[in-house]
Parts: sequence; C-alpha cells; structure tokens
Amino acid sequence: MNNLNLENFFTTGQSLQPYLDKDLLVVLRDGRKLLGILRSYDQFANLVLQDTIERIYVNNSFGDIERGIYIVRGENVVLLGEVDKDAEDDLDLQELPIEQILQMQKEEADEKARKEKIRLQLLHKQGFSVDFVETDMY
Amino acid sequence: MLFYSFFKTLVGKQVTVELKNDLAIQGTLISVDQFLNIKIDKIKVIDEERYPHMIPVKNCFIRGSVVRYIQIPPEEVDKPLLQDATRREAQQQQHQAQIAKA
Repeated sequence: MNNLNLENFFTTGQSLQPYLDKDLLVVLRDGRKLLGILRSYDQFANLVLQDTIERIYVNNSFGDIERGIYIVRGENVVLLGEVDKDAEDDLDLQELPIEQILQMQKEEADEKARKEKIRLQLLHKQGFSVDFVETDMY
Repeated sequence: MLFYSFFKTLVGKQVTVELKNDLAIQGTLISVDQFLNIKIDKIKVIDEERYPHMIPVKNCFIRGSVVRYIQIPPEEVDKPLLQDATRREAQQQQHQAQIAKA
C-alpha cells in the first residue's frame, strides 16, 4: 500500500459532496423512488434524507406519500440524481390521490403475478423446472 | 486497483452504464472511485418511456454494486497498455506474496 498516490484518489466522500443540501431523487433496490434533501452520507453511500416523499409511478401518473426523515442503508441505493425542477414541471405526468395510485399499483402487480403464473404453468407443461425463486435481480 | 485506474483514464468520455435492474444510462463520465461508484453527467436513459422518474434527472451518482456493464468507446482503450499493466500488477502481487512468505 506504500505506492498509493492519495492525492488523486477519488472517494465516495468527495463524490457525494456536491449533492449535499440539494433536492435529490434516490432510487432503491426494491424499486422505490424517494425525493428529499440530502443532509448526510458516508463512504458506503448510507444516506440521510430530509423532507422525504416517496413517489409511486404507475403508467403516466404518480402519487406521493410524505415520509419525513429517511436513513437509507447504502447497500439499498441504486442511484441518486439531482432533480431539475423545471424539467419536472414539463413532464406529461398526472398527479393522482395516493389511494388511487396504490390501487393502480396493486392492480398492476396482480396482473404481473397472474401473467407470471401462466408463463410458469406453460413452461411446466413443456417439462421445464419451475422452482419459484423470488428475485429482485440484484 | 487496475480497473479503478483504467476507468479514471475514461473520465470525460461517453459511456453507457447498464444496471442490474436493466436500466441503461448514457452520459459523460465525471468521476469514479475505489468502489467503482460512478458519476455521470448529461444523462440520457435508454427506453425513457419506461422510466418516467428519470426524465428530470440531468446528472447522477450510481453505486458501483448495482452496475452490470459499462459500455465504453473502443477507440479510447489502449489495449497494449492495459495488457502490460495487468501483467505488471500480477507480477507485483506475486513478488509481495513471496516477501510475505520469507
């Protein structure tokens, strides 16, 4: 380790610094999207978000749930990005009451599960092994 | 540290990062750190309609652990140099292991 040149050594510490106190979109491994202000972080990308809202997207509409302070364990972070407020307003998305969005989300999930079941049944008929493994792809 | 050094030579170039959730993001590489976390600017998401939440995002930080592939421009890779560096690093490690044994 004696030949490491620490001058030009990027660290997570430096790379997240410009995002401090900015409005961010954080995407988590389970697919959740959080919008909040980054107040603290460390080298694992553990995050502290303030005034967080969770935004649920279904097709061309979305709904918000107010969450408050969030501490996110780094391993669950997929990406974080700065949100351009103007571009956000230009979006062709419709905000719906959260109850309606949750209902739509549930319907979408049910439909997906139903299709997956049919697919597995068909594969099974063809003689494929269809052990059900729940995976989040990570 | 080889890949970290390698990615550092690609800073400022156009790359496409494919994540394990199939999201693919194209943009200019800004920085990379020792975990291969990357920052990219002027991003454009491939198949944007499927990811409406990404449209207002202009630059982002991607955690190294969720990356599946990074596509890089072939002309920006100095292959002989990379080969040499690989062998040099392997040799160094061998050398260090011998010292540790002695």
